[in-house]
Order: sequence, then C-alpha cells, then structure tokens
Amino acid sequence: MRLPDVLRHSWVLAAKDLRVEFRSRTAILSAVVFVILAFVVFNFGRDPTAVPNVALAPSILWVTFTLAAILALNRAFHLELENHALDGLLLAPIDRSSIYLGKLIANLVFVATFELIGVPLLMLFFNVRLLPYLAPLVLLIALATIGFVAVGTLFSAMTVRTRFAELLLPVLLLPFMILPLSWGVQATVRLLAGRPLSEIAGWLNMLAVYDIVFVALALLLFPATVSE
Amino acid sequence: MLRTGRWITAIALVLLAGVYVRALLYTPVEASQGLAQKIFYLHVPAAIWAETAMILVGLASVVYLFTKDPRLDRFAASSAEVGTVFCAIVLTSGPIWGKPIWGTWWTWDARLTLTLFLFLIYVAYLLLRSAVMDPATRARFAAVLGICGMCEVPFIHLSVYMFPTLHPMPIILQPGRPKLPGSMLTTWLLSLGVFTLLYVGFVVQRYALSYLHEQLEAVGGEVGHA
Repeated sequence: MRLPDVLRHSWVLAAKDLRVEFRSRTAILSAVVFVILAFVVFNFGRDPTAVPNVALAPSILWVTFTLAAILALNRAFHLELENHALDGLLLAPIDRSSIYLGKLIANLVFVATFELIGVPLLMLFFNVRLLPYLAPLVLLIALATIGFVAVGTLFSAMTVRTRFAELLLPVLLLPFMILPLSWGVQATVRLLAGRPLSEIAGWLNMLAVYDIVFVALALLLFPATVSE
Repeated sequence: MLRTGRWITAIALVLLAGVYVRALLYTPVEASQGLAQKIFYLHVPAAIWAETAMILVGLASVVYLFTKDPRLDRFAASSAEVGTVFCAIVLTSGPIWGKPIWGTWWTWDARLTLTLFLFLIYVAYLLLRSAVMDPATRARFAAVLGICGMCEVPFIHLSVYMFPTLHPMPIILQPGRPKLPGSMLTTWLLSLGVFTLLYVGFVVQRYALSYLHEQLEAVGGEVGHA
C-alpha cells in the first residue's frame, strides 16, 4: 500500500475516534477532571513550608500526565470492542499499520488536549513561572508524549483482549514510561532553574531517538497484535 | 531433556561452590572493600546474564513473528523466567554489598534503578503471558513485548551515563585492559562460565517443562497456565 493511502486511511480512522470523543465528551472531561484532582492531591501530599513549589512542579507535571495518559490509552481500543467493531476494522481493505497510526493520532490529540489544559492549571495552582520557558517546555512535553503514547497504543491493543485489561496496561507500560518520564523531569528541572538550553539538548535528543525507535517498532509490530 | 537440564544445573551448582572456594581461599582480598568485594564474582556474571537473557528473549521473539515456530516461543518464555531469577540475584546481592560499602541497602542510583526496570519488564512479560489463555495469541503478544523489552535495554544503558552515579564503573567490560589483578580476573571468568552453564541448565529444564505442559494441555489435561 502506498504511503499517501496509509496516511489518508489513518486520518479517517483518527477522525472517527475523535468524532466519537467530541460528541460524547465524557472521556476527555473525565481526563481533565482527573488532571485537576491529581494536582489537588499533590498539593495536599506535601508540606508547603518544607518543599518550594518550583522544586516540586516538574514531578507534579510529569507524574500527572503519565497517569492520565494511561487512563486515556485504556480507552483507545475499548471503543472497538463493542459490537465487534475491531473485526470490522480488520476486515477493511486497509493496511494494518494505518489502523495503528490512526489510533496513535487520536490518542495523541486526546492526550495533548488535557496536557494543554494541565500546563496553565499548573502555573495557576502552584504559582510557577512557565511562560519564559514555554517553547522548550512544549517541545519537551510533545517529544515525551509521542514516545509513551506510541508504546502505550501498541500495548493497549494487546491488553484490551486480556483479562484485567485496566490493571495490566499500567504494569506493562510503566517500565517503558519511566525512561521518557525521568528524562522529561530532569530537563524540566533545568528549564525551571533557568539553565541554558544547551544543558537540556541531551535529554531532547534522547527523547527524539526514543520516539523514532518506538514509533517505527510499533508500526512494525502492530499487525502481530491483531492478526488472528 | 528434563533430565539433561537437571544434570547441567547440578554440575553448574557444584562448580559454583568450587568458584566460591577459589574466590574465598585462593583469590586475594581487595584492599579497600575487604571481603565484601567477593560478591562481585556473583553479582557481575548474574547481571551480564540477566541482560543477555532479555536480548535472547527479544531475538527469539523477532524470529518467532516470522516463522511462528512454537519452539522459539517456548525458548523465549524459558529465557525470560531464568532472566527474572538472575535479575533477582543481582537485586539481592547488590544491596548486601551496598550496606557495608555505601552504608545503605538501596539508593535511587541510575544503575540500581535501571536493573529494577529490567526486572519489572521481565515481570510484565510473565504477567502478560499468564493473562492470555489462547496459546497462539499468547505467543504473539509475548513476542511483541519481548521485542520492545530488548529495544529498551540500549536506552537503559545510555541513560546510566547521563545520571550521576555512585555505582562502580565497569572494570572488565571497558575499553582497554581489565583493571584488576590476574587471579581475580581468572576467578571472575570461571564464575562467568559457571553462570553461563547455570543459564543453560535452567533454560533447558524450563523448556522441557513447558513442552510437557503443552502436551498435557493438548490432551485436555487440567493445568495452571504457563
């Protein structure tokens, strides 16, 4: 199958998922509420006189986003289980990797939506100055998100058809998420401390390589997770 | 085959005792660390095999996805289980050394944390296997996770160099000549050989067991899931 076709099919698929999402809005609202609640929990889970906000902000940001992403990823293939919609998708005369790509795009849009709401909320709740570092921070979050959503989309295609899907996905995914998460935290700590950009270039490079490797790997491996 | 595996394991265990006799009686005591350094002969070979086992799981999984040969899946499952055990050896022997030398059982040091990751990837792999009932699906899913696990290992290694670390730097697997006296190197190499034998012995046994398991499942016997 030609590349333009794959891209077109995956876009159709992603658009379908996002349309379902947009019309019900339950999942995205729940994810946003989850992000807010996680911030609140973090606020009460520390001693504000001992730990300054700026020291804690990177951890709060990354831990909240990874946990919320896991919840979002569980949903991706769950949609297709009802009425055997997945079988219909697999019967469609399209390349299997375009199914993966479609799901990946939909998941990325979904996760980006609550991240977009989460960053200003973090600034508001914890009174940290993110605006001067916004461009590199957005790049950092985007790179890390692509990495773990790519792996997560692949794994959720498997776990959704096992017993204890909701529990198994985090167990499989977290060991793969901790690396981008730790790089993200390290880089964010340096950004917020006002260090020069050259200091975080190493982490950005690692994240970019991680993304390329795992997106390529997931595209190759996805057909094995759905073939019967 | 099960019997061959048992024999190899038994021989390896006897040799392991031999390595420790040599390490304790005939190998010089390290000047700054004293007797605690003896754990190095156990810790490093186990760590090498814990990682190699993951890479073998990944390679077997790649070939499995092309050939769909159930023997490769059985091998990957066996290698993963043995790798888990070796990882557990690394994670237990490390703190025993760390307590007298660093003064703490555990620190969130890069290398320790990353060995823990490897262990968690193994555990995830075994959990995924136990959560899927259909053997063909189980093999495919496990292969996908095995390949991802293998690809994660180089990132873990690169990451070690990016974090500040307390852990001793490699003294054998490094550019240039090994930085330790000849008699220590000999003991270590013997230990590595013994661990290789142990790995082979365990994997052969586990492989034979899962083969029997499948046979039993095929005739409709009631067994727990592998």
